[in-house]
Amino acid sequence: MARYLLGRFAGILIVFFIVSVVVFLLMHAIPGGPYNEDKVPLSPEAKANYMRKYGLDRPLVEQYVLYMGNALRGDFGVPFQSPTETVTGLIARTWPVSASLGFAALLVAIPLGLLLGIIAATRQNTWLDYAASATSTLGLTVPNFVVAVWLVLLFAVQLKWLPTGGWGEWYHYIMPVVALALAPMALTARYTRTSILEVSRSDFIRTARAKGLSGRQIMTRHTLRNALIPLITVLGPQIPNLITGTIFIESIFRVPGLGKFFVTSILGRDYPMIMALLLLVAVVWSVVYLITDILYTIVDPRVRLGKSKS
Amino acid sequence: MTTSTSLAPGQPVNTQQELRQRTLLGDAARRFARNKLALVGLFIVTALILTAIFADFIAPFPYDAADPVNALQFPSREHWMGTDEVGRDVYSRIVYGTRISLAVGLGVMAIALIIGIPLGLIAGLAGGPLDYIIMRVVEVFTAIPALMLALLLISVFGGGLYNVILALGIVAWLDACRLLRAQLLSLRERDFVLAAQTVGASKVRIAIRHLLPNAVAPLIVAVTIGIPVAIFAEAGLSFLGLGVNDPIPSWGKMVGNSLSYMRVYWYLGVFPTLAIAFTMLGFTFFGDGLRDAFDVSTNS
Repeated sequence: MARYLLGRFAGILIVFFIVSVVVFLLMHAIPGGPYNEDKVPLSPEAKANYMRKYGLDRPLVEQYVLYMGNALRGDFGVPFQSPTETVTGLIARTWPVSASLGFAALLVAIPLGLLLGIIAATRQNTWLDYAASATSTLGLTVPNFVVAVWLVLLFAVQLKWLPTGGWGEWYHYIMPVVALALAPMALTARYTRTSILEVSRSDFIRTARAKGLSGRQIMTRHTLRNALIPLITVLGPQIPNLITGTIFIESIFRVPGLGKFFVTSILGRDYPMIMALLLLVAVVWSVVYLITDILYTIVDPRVRLGKSKS
Repeated sequence: MTTSTSLAPGQPVNTQQELRQRTLLGDAARRFARNKLALVGLFIVTALILTAIFADFIAPFPYDAADPVNALQFPSREHWMGTDEVGRDVYSRIVYGTRISLAVGLGVMAIALIIGIPLGLIAGLAGGPLDYIIMRVVEVFTAIPALMLALLLISVFGGGLYNVILALGIVAWLDACRLLRAQLLSLRERDFVLAAQTVGASKVRIAIRHLLPNAVAPLIVAVTIGIPVAIFAEAGLSFLGLGVNDPIPSWGKMVGNSLSYMRVYWYLGVFPTLAIAFTMLGFTFFGDGLRDAFDVSTNS
């Protein structure tokens, strides 16, 4: 296990190194710089001063080594779009907002999705099943910014139950969380349904029925436990996207989260911020993948990490 | 495991004649026609294509005819879906918008296939160091968040419809390449390849006559499922004001513009979002129907 994790870690480091080089080159290939006239009116001398201050006048290789060296020591530089704070400070201020929305959405999506999936599977081919399937198809297909616009039109503009957006009160969570939760809920419901139906056909369920267990006992003790294993693989990749902030949702509901910086950092040629966001996403992805791998060994004793099935 | 035969075990084979008449495409068409949702999808997709082709005849106004005097008018007999902030007819813009959405969906998938098929073929058939290099490249590009990668590319290329399509295509080729490689790797182990080797077929012949035709159905399915994803991506970029520029009628751009007027002029947000939702549903139903009809497993 330890050896497996070490190997995984090394693999992640290599991929991240290459990714950082690719993105570094790509972002410097974008025409224009952070202090061009179209962004800030500066005299050529002042511009040159800024370029020198942030090392932008040095060769690219030197800039890369300098940035990565500082980053390894925990210094991610100053965001050009907000020079009064540090990149670390900016992320520490905005990421919790996005993460709290993402986690809230997961807390809503997973139980509701499970419920929908179980209902659909146990009442297969009834109107309940069709209604649940229709809900999950809609949730998976309709983009979240479309859902968000409909929510605002209905609950804020027509019914006036909620404000159109904003941040700070508990009710500001409602609409963004619903818009964010719909897709993962639909995904959970769909996979729970298929997975339960598949497990229900297996021999050990027939055995459980043969030895006289009730339907409820079979469902909770045997079917669900086995049916939920594949869900880990399906839900895992959803988590990083949800907790690092969704620009569409955050801009519609005016949530001061991390999401918008994925766009503004590129538009503003904010090199330190681009690199920091990339690093952040890479770390979150790796952590989530490691956790799903480890979770697998816990819920499914047949899985052993690092040993190939021969 | 999916089987390529369409006969369920235990189903009697009537005559030799009937067996010979069944083809992959015929079977798929029969199964597709029995699937109601798939037919709904086919209907929506056909309607969209016809709308895009005959937009000039369907739309009552040009998509860029501004009329500031009649700006922000609610839906009426003359303007079915009202007019926008500079007085353009919303209905006409939505009709012309199908052209943009379809161009993006098809263009992005075409670029994805142009890059993805050769690389997937090399990775899946050649194996060895070439396979290793291609898969590492795919891995590196997957590690960059899709929105960031698309934005970086659009910033490098410059904006506009064609560059948006190019950038989204470069993001989308990864899936096509991975899928084709996975298909080839699993097909290589099948009995019919062994059979072909036994009768002395060359490597090239096996690749062209046996492996490729079997990988086509999954690719077609992947393309139809990729189209709505591309349409969604363009709508999202234009929604943020980073995709297609005015006056080109992009549904996403219309939704983005509507946000500032939503409190009063609700219709500006309703119609383009409905257009996006219907298009996504249509292509998804169609794609899911094709997948079921071709009996392709999506887990590969």
